[in-house]
Amino acid sequence: MHTQQHAASTPLVSDLAALALWRIRREGFEAATPQQRSPLLRSRANNIRRQVIATIDKAGLGHVGGDLSVTDILVTLFEGLLRIDPAQPAWEQRDRFILSKGHCAVALYSVLASCGYFSPARLADFAAPLSPLNGHPNRRKVPGVETNTGPLGHGLPVGVGCATAAQIMGQQWRTFVVLGDGELQEGSNWEAAMYAAQRRLGRLTAIVDRNRLQQGASTADTNDLEPLSDKWTAFGWETHVIDGHSFDALLDVLGRAPGDKPRAVIANTIKGKGVSFMENGVEWHHKVPSAAQADAAIKELAA
Amino acid sequence: MSKEDSSTGFDCRQAFAEELATLAQSDSRIVAVCNDSVGSSNLGAFRKAFPDRLVNVGIAEQNMVGVAAGMANAGLRPFVCAAAPFLTGRALEQIKADVVYSDFPIVLCGMSPGVAYGELGPTHHSIEDLAWTRAIGDLAVIVPADRGETRSAMRWAVNAGRPCYLRIGRTKVPDVMPEGRGFELGRATVLRQGNDVTLVAIGTMVSRALAAAEQLVGDGINARVINAASVQPIDEQTILAAARETRGVVTIEEAMVRGGLGSAVAELLSQRHPTPMRIMGFTDFAPTGNASFLFSYFGLTPADIAKNAGELVRAH
Repeated sequence: MHTQQHAASTPLVSDLAALALWRIRREGFEAATPQQRSPLLRSRANNIRRQVIATIDKAGLGHVGGDLSVTDILVTLFEGLLRIDPAQPAWEQRDRFILSKGHCAVALYSVLASCGYFSPARLADFAAPLSPLNGHPNRRKVPGVETNTGPLGHGLPVGVGCATAAQIMGQQWRTFVVLGDGELQEGSNWEAAMYAAQRRLGRLTAIVDRNRLQQGASTADTNDLEPLSDKWTAFGWETHVIDGHSFDALLDVLGRAPGDKPRAVIANTIKGKGVSFMENGVEWHHKVPSAAQADAAIKELAA
Repeated sequence: MSKEDSSTGFDCRQAFAEELATLAQSDSRIVAVCNDSVGSSNLGAFRKAFPDRLVNVGIAEQNMVGVAAGMANAGLRPFVCAAAPFLTGRALEQIKADVVYSDFPIVLCGMSPGVAYGELGPTHHSIEDLAWTRAIGDLAVIVPADRGETRSAMRWAVNAGRPCYLRIGRTKVPDVMPEGRGFELGRATVLRQGNDVTLVAIGTMVSRALAAAEQLVGDGINARVINAASVQPIDEQTILAAARETRGVVTIEEAMVRGGLGSAVAELLSQRHPTPMRIMGFTDFAPTGNASFLFSYFGLTPADIAKNAGELVRAH
């Protein structure tokens, strides 16, 4: 084991400047009218997408397509809805957020940094030797991460555990789990879905990033998920199908008060969203853009 | 289930059930998570006393372990209780990623391990679990030898607040541990002094090793007997001392000979103090038979242990 010091290995701590900016934005969001909120989130999401491209460009690896499809969902939750305090990642009353599709860590890291869980400057350390910012998120190294994900089909059972604990403990906090659509081919999700309905975990929401592409092909050509909405409904969930890039729709459905069933939100998204030459391209699951492509992508996202 | 084998002693699941209820009485963080195994894990009394703190996810081991991780995230202290083969085999990736790598304070309780399910066959045997669990990060792997050690290992695990895998035996075993010894991770217990040969055993095999040591006295061989309940991490100091002070080491376990206790001892001794060894345990899937028969079939009787130990002594 090498003990030589690497700058990238420095532990992540909350970043006061980013935290202050997040608090100002959050207050602005709360004060805004419903009509004003969507543009606020859109501007933030563009910023996150540029950060994602820059981070993957620097590291030379990542899962850009899924990062871009899930960005609007993450921004809606962290900028508008989650009851969190990035200065206190272990606050007991916090809402729990789990990114089950852990390979989209760069999108999550970019959002966490923009909330002040750690300095956005540290995103440059993504995937560097000994960096806390691993290719998949680690709760012991990244503040704001609730459980280590990466192998697919793990996040929903853990989310069911969080919501079960809240129910047993009589707590009001909520649990949100974001799943990839391809990962719904893992049976463990359906074990968890059955049990969430059995316990009537109304404070649990599962959001499916339905970009219709998995690593090598479309989900339809691999192991078709349809009729997906009917599946969740049949498993006893309150099910919604929305445009996963519509902030109005995301805010409406994710912001509703808990019901007496767990809630499934199938968010129809576009893999590579926001970068024209990446959109709906199966090769952009984990292809790394060239320097010229990264520049073009950032320019397009800035427009 | 077939009739119990004739060995006398105590089913550690009973002590486990009583201790869990006692611990839960004074620690509201403790919850039990199981897979339709309320009966086989002896959780009936726990459910009666704490109906809200028993989470039975049904026959779904992957979900069971993930749910435990989520509950630990919320500050609870889950004891996951399920038959050892299904807990470790079916949910191995959840144990790796959600429990150990995520570093949650969860006690994984592998009930009825080894060949406790006898005639039900290899699908229901758990002889691979030590190899699997021992390879995962810093998971503590613990095999109590009797009912007292079962209780003390549980108390230790609650206080330790770290990922643990605890084997809870169903095959009856006599009391072998000294009163008040307690449990500490990484600490073995020398149950019998001796300077000719060392017998390192765990779980059901500890009383058999002690019986073998008595048989060896007749051959003029004085065997040291060690209970290595903490399989991972192993007690390096006690085992190295035994290797230096005796002529050979025999390991005995109710598990595959590849990857379990014998491997742990061999990994240590081969690098720090090369020592003649015999590794006793299961060498393949078991044929039909109850636990007592299978112990004999695979050469895990006191006579077999004494024979191996005698050969080691005479050869070196």
